[in-house]
Amino acid sequence: MTDIEEYGRRARAWLETATAGLPGEPGLQQAREFMARLYDAGYSGITWPEEYGGQGLSVAEERAFQQAAKDFALPVGVFGIGLGMCGPTLLSLGTEEQKRRYIRPLLRGEEIWCQLFSEPGAGSDVASLQTRAVPDGDGWLINGQKVWTSVARQADYGLLIARTDPDAPKHRGITMFIVDMHHPGVTVRPLRDMTGESHFNEIFFDDVEVPADQVVGGVHDGWNAAVTTLLHERVSIGMGATRTERPASFAGVSRRAAERGLTADAAVRDRLVDLYLRERAFDLLNARMAQEVKAGIAPGARGSVIKLLLADLTLFGADVAAEILGPDVVAHDGADAALARALSWAPGMALGGGTNEIMRNIIGDRVLGLPREPQVDRDVPFRELRVGTQKETGK
Amino acid sequence: MRLIRTDEQRELADATRAFLAGTSPMARVREIAETPGVCHDPDVWRRMAGELGLTGLAVPEEYGGAGFGHGEVAVVMEELGAALTPTPYLASVVLAANVLLALDDEAAAKDLLPGIANGSVIATFAPPVPGDRMPGARAHGDGHTLEGPVPRVLHAADADLILVAATLADEVEDGSGPLAVFAVDPAAPGLTRTELTTLDLTRPQYRLEFDGTPARLVGPSDAGPALERAMDLAAVALAAEQLGGMRRCLDTIVEYAKLRVQFGRYVGSFQGVKHRLADMHCTLEQAESIVRYAAWAADEAPEELPVAAALAQSFMGRAYFQVAKDSLLLHGGIGFTWEHDAHLYYKRAKSDELLLGAPRHHRARLAERLGLVT
Ligand SMILES: Cc1cc2nc3c(=O)[nH]c(=O)nc-3n(C[C@H](O)[C@H](O)[C@H](O)COP(=O)(O)OP(=O)(O)OC[C@H]3O[C@@H](n4cnc5c(N)ncnc54)[C@H](O)[C@@H]3O)c2cc1C
Repeated sequence: MTDIEEYGRRARAWLETATAGLPGEPGLQQAREFMARLYDAGYSGITWPEEYGGQGLSVAEERAFQQAAKDFALPVGVFGIGLGMCGPTLLSLGTEEQKRRYIRPLLRGEEIWCQLFSEPGAGSDVASLQTRAVPDGDGWLINGQKVWTSVARQADYGLLIARTDPDAPKHRGITMFIVDMHHPGVTVRPLRDMTGESHFNEIFFDDVEVPADQVVGGVHDGWNAAVTTLLHERVSIGMGATRTERPASFAGVSRRAAERGLTADAAVRDRLVDLYLRERAFDLLNARMAQEVKAGIAPGARGSVIKLLLADLTLFGADVAAEILGPDVVAHDGADAALARALSWAPGMALGGGTNEIMRNIIGDRVLGLPREPQVDRDVPFRELRVGTQKETGK
Repeated sequence: MRLIRTDEQRELADATRAFLAGTSPMARVREIAETPGVCHDPDVWRRMAGELGLTGLAVPEEYGGAGFGHGEVAVVMEELGAALTPTPYLASVVLAANVLLALDDEAAAKDLLPGIANGSVIATFAPPVPGDRMPGARAHGDGHTLEGPVPRVLHAADADLILVAATLADEVEDGSGPLAVFAVDPAAPGLTRTELTTLDLTRPQYRLEFDGTPARLVGPSDAGPALERAMDLAAVALAAEQLGGMRRCLDTIVEYAKLRVQFGRYVGSFQGVKHRLADMHCTLEQAESIVRYAAWAADEAPEELPVAAALAQSFMGRAYFQVAKDSLLLHGGIGFTWEHDAHLYYKRAKSDELLLGAPRHHRARLAERLGLVT
């Protein structure tokens, strides 16, 4: 057995014990406790630098752990944005002090992070954001509104991007800040989403003071920082996909179809084959990209390929599962609850982290190197732009 | 599971690509395709066999081969598929050699494989496709004779050796007995070859008609399992060819979309075009992953091969045709011209999709192998 296999074997053994006592739907406190145990056992921040609290190991160990973790339902969702996006952004762009201050508690689940990018007027075109940060004594004063922010209610900190120079073109006058979500000027209001639950929120900032040393990646250079976060986001959404069980997976749907005697129908089998093909194609691509990363080839913008395919697969799986299993999915007595939920969840995957259209733009521009669309707003001072949802002005 | 190539495989790909760029440019491909009676370039074949050693890659050393794996054959197929080279490689090195190996007939292997491995013999094998009628074989003394038609055989005019699957007539029950494999000399009496009009001009196909043709039984009288394995290996190699063609189609149209201007813009900047190219790229990324996996399974995980092979054909047939079709369409009118290469790939893609049976057969086989049929 190689060292890596041995590492994976030990991780699996640890996970078996650690998840044994977990309730079906762990609460926030239990999730935090679990994260602390995961960290103390050395399985959080496996590849992150040791000096900031990581394990300093290679992608091979990370992969081995993920491979083992695939078979367990780990209550780590609430930490996903910190682990997948905010932490990596701080590691690439944060100051020495920021890394020393924030990374360890983030890895240990002591502090939860959220991503404060989208605004009512700025989603796909997040660079047209209107939240303002103005110099105030030694620091900054923030006013404005964010929306669709996942885990904001649980979060202790957020990575926020705000406009610091409205006279510059939109990409050039933005700065990224670390914001204390417990500041009295921060108001978080849950938004009910189509699942009937509240996974995201709207957030209001009224005179929120932020010290100067909480700027990430340089004043007015926040767009670069945001792009760094978004690259991590696509990779982590895609690659994290294997961690959680997909309710509309081929294995799950075909088992239930067989139980109900539906696989005797050749048309049903053919639809199941469609699902298998898409799922396998996605999983194999994911695995191949992981092997490439291990071999030193960075995924870069190809994370968008994974994100787009996962969104498609998620929508397709829920759709096909319902089509095969029939009306019980849409009018159930509890037995098909997971699938009904999957149907309501599916669109979220195709919107959060950038819509399918935006992913296709990125693949076209950055992976295939196609000519960009003409950008009418690129060099215009932000102040003069039309942004967000506007009534037709007749112009 | 290994989904990326080894250094040696990358070198093999580079060497093959460079060789084909020099010896089989599109102008030459067209010349062969449009010359009646010419199906490949014997000089290119000799050099592929001799200089590059490509014809014996997966044949074990004891039968005169190099003893590498199916992964290496897949590397070559990918390059041949990209270059659209007219060659009996698939017929001889993939179909015929794999059938002979799978049949596990020591004497026949010793006899027939070394020639295939060193390229001095071009062999072909008619893959039994679901729904096709098979010829019948009858025992005569210590040999057999064949009777009836074989609907499609690749490169039969170039072949020095023809392998066919036939039903043993004495054991036939309601038309479907066990299949056995027979070796036939193309010059044998009672064998008629009729050239078919093929959509894909780079790959000739023939109908054979046997009328008391003497043939040599190779392997067991029930070759079912051996045929299944050989067909799975063919599915993997064909998938690699499809991947190569698909990548070439996408590269070509991406390049064109960066050159062609309409409405004052490069057409590649229009989202209607760009988004389709992005989707084609996603398909290619998945296709490459599936082909790498199937090639790995062929060498390293025989127990996974049946599902991997059916997966590869179920996915690749549609994927290649889709990409070849969209590539042609996005070229606009020039894509519809005879001079442009787009139609050559479009036609290859459709022919490949059907070569080992229609997509529904691959999908049905996949369903069966996944245990969906009880
Ligand atoms: C479940 C979920 C969780 C989320 N979590 C967070 C979070 O934690 N933090 C955060 O900051 N945000 C979050 N978001 C917000 C998400 O990033 C945005 O909703 C998304 O980027 C789309 O922006 P929008 O809603 O303003 O739609 P718009 O940008 O207004 O898009 C409307 C339509 O126009 C299309 N479109 C827009 N621009 C283009 C273009 N250039 N080319 C082609 N088509 C275009 C879009 O694809 C879409 O179909 C989340 C969203 C969801 C659904």
